[in-house]
Amino acid sequence: MSTVIRPYGDTTGDGMVQLSFTLPIAHDKRAEGAALQLAAKMGLDPAMVVHAKPMGDAYTFFVVYGRVHHLVDLGQVQVVERDFPLMSTKDINAAVKKRLRRKLAVIGACIGTDAHTVGIDAILNVKGIAGEKGLEYYREFRVANLGAQVSVPDLVERARAERADAVLVSQVVTQRDAHLHNTREMSAAFREAFPAGKRPLLVVGGPRFDELAAGELGVDRIFGRGTTPREVASYLVHALVGAGKDV
Amino acid sequence: MKLDLDPALVARARALARRAGEPVVDLARSHTTVAVERAVLRLSGITGADPEGLPWVNRLVDAVASDVGLGGGVALPVFHALRAEGIDDLTVLAQKAAAGSVRFTRPSGRAAAAARTAARRAARSGVRRIDRRRAERERLVARHGDPEQRPWIYLIVATGDIREDIPQAQAAARAGADVIAVIRSTGQSLLDYVPEGETHEGFAGTYATQENFRLMRAALDRSSKELGRYVRLTNYASGLCMPEIAVLAGLERLDMMLNDSMYGILFRDINPIRTFVDQRFSRQVHARAGIIINTGEDNYLTTADAVEAAHTVTVSQLLNEYFAHEAGLADWQLGLGHAFEINPDLPESFRLELAHALLARELFPDAPLKWMPPTKHMTGDVFRGNLLDGFFNLAGVLTGQGILLVGMMTEAVVTPWLSDRDIALQNVRYVLGAAGGLREDFVPAPGGFIQQRAGTVLREAVTLLESIVDDGLLPAIADGTFGIMKRPADGGRGLDGVARHEDGYFNPVTEILEAA
Repeated sequence: MSTVIRPYGDTTGDGMVQLSFTLPIAHDKRAEGAALQLAAKMGLDPAMVVHAKPMGDAYTFFVVYGRVHHLVDLGQVQVVERDFPLMSTKDINAAVKKRLRRKLAVIGACIGTDAHTVGIDAILNVKGIAGEKGLEYYREFRVANLGAQVSVPDLVERARAERADAVLVSQVVTQRDAHLHNTREMSAAFREAFPAGKRPLLVVGGPRFDELAAGELGVDRIFGRGTTPREVASYLVHALVGAGKDV
Repeated sequence: MKLDLDPALVARARALARRAGEPVVDLARSHTTVAVERAVLRLSGITGADPEGLPWVNRLVDAVASDVGLGGGVALPVFHALRAEGIDDLTVLAQKAAAGSVRFTRPSGRAAAAARTAARRAARSGVRRIDRRRAERERLVARHGDPEQRPWIYLIVATGDIREDIPQAQAAARAGADVIAVIRSTGQSLLDYVPEGETHEGFAGTYATQENFRLMRAALDRSSKELGRYVRLTNYASGLCMPEIAVLAGLERLDMMLNDSMYGILFRDINPIRTFVDQRFSRQVHARAGIIINTGEDNYLTTADAVEAAHTVTVSQLLNEYFAHEAGLADWQLGLGHAFEINPDLPESFRLELAHALLARELFPDAPLKWMPPTKHMTGDVFRGNLLDGFFNLAGVLTGQGILLVGMMTEAVVTPWLSDRDIALQNVRYVLGAAGGLREDFVPAPGGFIQQRAGTVLREAVTLLESIVDDGLLPAIADGTFGIMKRPADGGRGLDGVARHEDGYFNPVTEILEAA
């Protein structure tokens, strides 16, 4: 498949985009020229500075509209497509009950100094998100949400104590790549603590992860922005219990 | 009064909050913590840290606790040892104790009386330093003036490096911010010591240290002079070192402190008893220092549903008010929190927000309410986010909020960029300029949607308070009543730093603060 597309402003193929940025100079004609130069180097031709606003006496904010000539080849796009069936709550419970014959044990936490539990809570708490109940609501799941700022050794210990089938880790803070360091530390600790084949499934989630980086970070799956509890539950069933097509 | 609330019901809500809170105050009055004891010694003059960066005050309190325990308070053993060793500097004593050359004992008789006198003298001199900073603030406010408008505009800076924070804070003040909050490094709340000195490395925020406080306050004093209005500085008295941070804030003339009664318990899993003991002491210090506290009810709504849980905010505000008054804070010092967190897809969501915000306004008419922007329903759609922030600003103006935390359209995307802050302030200025006086015309229809909703929330709050009074506040917290988090009284961090008062417990700072 090789379909080529361009950005769309109001006419097919017009290639129009908008962007905004700040330059660390005072606002004057030269500043606007500098903004146009940047836009040109980014491939906008022609480019229009539609808005320039001084912020204090050393910075200027710009909004630029312009046309790009780049082509997007859809055949070359790489993403992680969902490679498991999205199941209903009922089917998920039935699959666990029939095939695992015990509750599927999940523990979840924010690790490192990260205190943003909104993501892990949305996936685990009964309350859920966007009208979907979290994993605690699934009858055949046994869920322990350890909350914020859990240390990696504590997480490993709890995973062992709970005989966790899966460990879910949420990471929001990305300053100095903290989310990547923490994830690598976590996956290494689990690899060390469990023999191959006995290790729980490692799943991380957060708005700034690259979903393609699971292998590099040593985890089984990465979920990005907008993931729902049912997607996670479906994945866990797929990965731990088998595809469940005949349930 | 625009909501026609039933005054008997309001009075009942307050009475119930008092009954729910009293057992917790009794607990706070009969326990101490390592952090309270460290705060006492900091106020008595100890400073500095060992070569590893652990403050001398921690070394000293740990040494006293291991020799004689914490239950009698550290002041007597410390001031007795000071006299016995023939030194007059607490920091030197801490160094000797760390080297293992001092044994602490509990003095009795004349030795105890002498130690008590010396401890009181040192504590008095520390409290006087806080008093002087408060008088200095009053002078500067008189000289430069308060912001012309309400709500005060509250902006956050958070670079991790105090030297980067300073120009950003000054730029924000120039662009219209009345209050600057330096957000703390993630994780500081769980450190059982206060880092020392000027810091340049933090995660998603800057460490709260005495030196960082001093540097930022001095910079904002320069801005206040330049702008002709007193620019206030905010930090966070929360986490395991809440009482010490409160003392440092008083010593460095910070103006507002985040200081919620339950936040640490619910969102940082700090032991409930530790939190309530630390909180009472820190609020006594804030009361003395003339600091406005900000409570954190907004946080419940980020984890629970903002409509279903609206009454838990009211309950928490009433509890925070009771605990604050009990600790000596006046109404003008109560920046009770609440937030604009209702799902914008819900029909009439804005009217619901107005009902909740007005309810807080009318329940606490003399408190400078802290109005917090949407975060939970902010997505990567920055354009929609900017619109939502505009409605948030409008609700703040219509309902007479005291302190408005400026919402960022890039919430949930990045820590705010310079341009995000500029756009956000433009949003605030437009709403204040276009509708600053609209509060006068905003009178909800009698018996209409807003009045009815406010009445419902108040009734739900009273029902919840009744069950808290029956079950006890600590069990209610253990059951997940607030923000869905379940926190049992015997769990959480910092419990090992709590001690029950023994006979003859002596704390010269509490003595002075409670005599006032």
